[in-house]
Amino acid sequence: MSGGLFTFGVFFAAIFTSNILLTNFLGMCSFLAVSREVKTSVGLGAAVIFVMAITSVLNWLIYYYVLVPLDIIYLRYIAFIIVIAAFVQLVEMIIERVSDTLYAALGIFLPLITVNCAILGASLFMVIREYTFLSSFAFGAGSGIGWALAIIAMAGIRTKLNIRSKVPYGLTGAGITLIIAGIMALAFMGFAGMINIT
Amino acid sequence: MLTTFLITVGAMAALGTALAVLMVIADLTVGNYGEVKITINDSKELVVPGGGPLLSTLMAEKLFIPSACGGRGSCGFCKVKITSDVGDYLATELPWITEEEKKENIRLSCQVKAKKDLSIWIPEELFNVKEYRTRVERIRDLTHDIKELTLKLIDPPEISFRPGQYIQFQTPEYELSSESVYRAYSCSSNPSQRDMVELEVRLVPNGICTTYVFQYMKEGDEVTINGPYGEFFLRDTQRDIVFIAGGSGMAPIKSILLNMVEKGIDRKATYFFGAVSRRDLFLVEEMRELEKKLPNFRYVPALSGPKPEDKWDGETGLITEVLDRHLSSGDNVEAYLCGSPGMIDASIKVLSSKGIPQELIYYDKFA
Repeated sequence: MSGGLFTFGVFFAAIFTSNILLTNFLGMCSFLAVSREVKTSVGLGAAVIFVMAITSVLNWLIYYYVLVPLDIIYLRYIAFIIVIAAFVQLVEMIIERVSDTLYAALGIFLPLITVNCAILGASLFMVIREYTFLSSFAFGAGSGIGWALAIIAMAGIRTKLNIRSKVPYGLTGAGITLIIAGIMALAFMGFAGMINIT
Repeated sequence: MLTTFLITVGAMAALGTALAVLMVIADLTVGNYGEVKITINDSKELVVPGGGPLLSTLMAEKLFIPSACGGRGSCGFCKVKITSDVGDYLATELPWITEEEKKENIRLSCQVKAKKDLSIWIPEELFNVKEYRTRVERIRDLTHDIKELTLKLIDPPEISFRPGQYIQFQTPEYELSSESVYRAYSCSSNPSQRDMVELEVRLVPNGICTTYVFQYMKEGDEVTINGPYGEFFLRDTQRDIVFIAGGSGMAPIKSILLNMVEKGIDRKATYFFGAVSRRDLFLVEEMRELEKKLPNFRYVPALSGPKPEDKWDGETGLITEVLDRHLSSGDNVEAYLCGSPGMIDASIKVLSSKGIPQELIYYDKFA
């Protein structure tokens, strides 16, 4: 594969075969904490898609135009983290300024995202796998969509679970959620043979 | 080697500075809301710096909305009615807001930000809430883990509160806490003594405020309080009264009783006080005194686990069991409860089973 096809492949793979949540188990804490209702998971999912897509690109620029020329790529962790934190803070301020509705839907999740390891993970994978600028964007956006998909699916399952199922007492809450996440991960493994980007 | 070091430090410093400058610029442009006007109850106007949470903005103007958590959105006390548009409810507010409150546009003031001119409604009595500088006049041991504090007001010199209401005690910064925190305590003194308040503080292991009171605070120290707050006070009716308290839940009940003596309110009243053993009982003499002054008042202390050396011949058992034995019918009765959430919830069940309607059961839960 090359060029545009590769970029599309990365995008597709990031959503399904290499889902950052279900194959790498990154971003689990907010996945467990905020997957109780579909509405809030949609909000958090949208925020993650947006932040992941943009920070992958920003970090790509920082990496290839600052860290590589200066030969200090070992500083990528700390550099990526502060870029993500500053970007998230900035976006929160702008959203708060321009739209109350958007702030109510997305804004309050942004501080939660700063410490979401999936965001940093996406930036680090993009470097390790040596993606181009465009592929990095596709990978960031794809990973975000994959993460959102997983949390919304989980929220849907948990909503149903609350109404219909009798969960054994010792498994209520995080316990049953982790078991479901494991089963979902198995299901996503079904996509695995289709495409491989790792 | 040195060059590597310099490049590393230089690059990170440059990146950090660039982002910091960006943030400062954003703060001055995007995050700058200028001054906003807050209209309170259509009568009072405040011009304040915009952008901050409503709760702390009002607090800076010496207008105190009750809050137990200090603005973290975890107590749900700081509700205000906002009549101007401030956008949708935030997910952080929803757990505390009922459907009826939504219709009235009641919001959590610690989550809503004062970004533009606002019009809000707050109970008139909150204007009465002030900050008081006080001096610790006396610290007295009531039991092994409860102390009574007498605070003499310095400025303003007088306070006016309803018996049963509470104040917030400001714990200053000290060795165990790098920021000052507020904790709520009920007043146990008679409101007619306007130049002082008395509090009863029970030691909470590792509690920031109670550790300060038990180990650091000395008589003569200056402390700051603000208040009064609360809907827990004696209603002006002719019903019989049941008081139920445990531990430092004694405080508001004592204040109410002192006030009844002074006002000559002689309604039939029974006070169930729950403790474990004799060492947890306190102010027994004072309560017996009150029984003499209020002919229709009866004090019923109950021990759930009296020790042999206590030689206890009074009521034994959990407070709910004692309550169940003594209260034959809930007709024409209203109840006032103060204590731990567990005790209150269990007591409400017993009271309801006796036919006392929910709206006649008033309580003050220690959160």
